[in-house]
Amino acid sequence: MDHGTTAALNQQATPPDENYRPSDRERERQRFRRSRKRRNTWIAALCTVLCLVALGAGAVASPGWERVHSLFLDSAEFRSSLPGILRGFWLNIQMFLIAEVLILGLGLLIALVRVTRSPGLQPLRLAATVYVDVFRGVPTLLLVFLVGFGLPALRLQGTPTQPWVLGVIALVLSYAAYVAEVLRAGLNSVHPAQRNAARALGLNERQTLRHVVLPQAVRNVLPPLLNDFIALQKDTALVAVLGPLEALRAAQIKADYDFNYTPYLGAALLFIAVTIPLTRFADRLQRRAAQRTWAETGR
Amino acid sequence: MTEPLLRIRGVRKEYGSRLVLRSIDLDVAEHQVVCLIGGSGSGKSTLLRCVDLLETVDDGTIHLGTGELTDPRLDANLARRRIGIVFQAYNLFPHLSVLDNITLAPRRVHGVSRKQAEQSARELLDRFGLADKAQEHPDRLSGGQQQRAAIARALATEPELLLFDEITSALDPELVGEVLDVVTDLKQRGLTILMATHEMGFARHVADQVCFLEDGVIVEQGTAEQVLTDPRQPATRRFLSRVLDHA
Ligand SMILES: Nc1ncnc2c1ncn2[C@@H]1O[C@H](COP(=O)(O)OP(=O)(O)OP(=O)(O)O)[C@@H](O)[C@H]1O
Ligand SMILES: [Mg+2]
Repeated sequence: MDHGTTAALNQQATPPDENYRPSDRERERQRFRRSRKRRNTWIAALCTVLCLVALGAGAVASPGWERVHSLFLDSAEFRSSLPGILRGFWLNIQMFLIAEVLILGLGLLIALVRVTRSPGLQPLRLAATVYVDVFRGVPTLLLVFLVGFGLPALRLQGTPTQPWVLGVIALVLSYAAYVAEVLRAGLNSVHPAQRNAARALGLNERQTLRHVVLPQAVRNVLPPLLNDFIALQKDTALVAVLGPLEALRAAQIKADYDFNYTPYLGAALLFIAVTIPLTRFADRLQRRAAQRTWAETGR
Repeated sequence: MTEPLLRIRGVRKEYGSRLVLRSIDLDVAEHQVVCLIGGSGSGKSTLLRCVDLLETVDDGTIHLGTGELTDPRLDANLARRRIGIVFQAYNLFPHLSVLDNITLAPRRVHGVSRKQAEQSARELLDRFGLADKAQEHPDRLSGGQQQRAAIARALATEPELLLFDEITSALDPELVGEVLDVVTDLKQRGLTILMATHEMGFARHVADQVCFLEDGVIVEQGTAEQVLTDPRQPATRRFLSRVLDHA
């Protein structure tokens, strides 16, 4: 069917349908669906409450509960430690944001190098492969130590000395390797026909990548990508071993001083407060992406 | 007059504020082939999807035999076992061989033994001229072969009713014939088929009844001969002259 006819059909406004009244059967069906939904909601709520009560009762009944309660759940300690931890947490957020931007850039670069096929880039490709192998293989904490203490020891001109900057460098080195692999998988997942279709429209190699391949690649790997960022957000706490006053370090100092572990709980809650919205956001994006992919497959 | 196998009454379907099916009444008697024709967006696919319970209707009822498909108490998976559907885009599972595509539902859903399922699958493939393709994966098949495999897959569970949604419109003209031959064969074996099609010539050849849909209502319904050669409604005449011009 040609364009003209299709457009004409679509323009045909649907005549109003004011005298439609749901039939008795339909009303009965809707009543049934509503009542079943209500029942399901009740069952879900009941099961959840029962589980929580059982877990809570189990914890309180355990022999060490008294001790745990005073060491981990001291509300006065919680209140007095929170402002300091919160100040430290701001540094975590900053490290996270800076690292994330750098990781995306470096990861994308490495991924692109790894998927190109031009023979002149073979040395670069080799370097990228070695990079990924090495930095995915080294535990992140170890990397933080190596960069944090090793880089300043080189006494090179212009190397940063602030611990948090060194920490960010270590995180970027480690996570860029993961993100590069995720992005590479995404680039490979785009069907070759898409690239051909773009080239056929006259887009050059760069435009094809920028406007056709990369958007689809990122969409395809959005869930694992966001997963890595949520992990990164938590791993900013590893930088604590270098001494900057971020959330975990602040909590540690306070806990040591007061002989009480409640500050750790405060720090944990702060991390959760950020990662949970991030996770929900990732879920939403994923659902939207999935819907679009379904639309393409047609009905 | 015996009870029809499929009885659709007052079916209505909206997507958001868009009314796609207004009030559809349609009967398909056993051993009959009924063709839905109509312009793009007229609601043919939507109606087939409602019958296969891939969509819930917003009003009206659909009965298959004596059971009501639109009953919300009904287990949709159980009901779907009695219906086979084939889509325009084949939707074969790319990670399975043709044989495994066909035997999946008989084995996993209907509890048929592997040996028995494969035997009947091979019979089907034989009938459809695909005997040598049993072990191939779908990406190694031509469009027409894939579509015949998809029909074989839908038949493997011995459904009471078959739904075909424009099963030839993704095919090259020379491949259309082989798929239509399969449908003719199914009609001769007495299967009950409700299909959406753009192939007017084929509709005339195979259909007992033809329904013309426009804007979510069945504008005209009758024998293939009557609707296609001597349409009563101006809308049907307009549609037919348009598609026949294009052909
Ligand atoms: N999931 C959906 N959400 C919103 N609108 C939809 C959806 N599916 C179909 N529609 C709309 O419903 C109308 C009928 O669609 P349908 O697919 O049934 O048409 P059709 O008769 O099969 O057309 P074609 O001959 O092009 O296959 C169209 O206008 C379409 O835009
Ligand atoms: Mg359709």
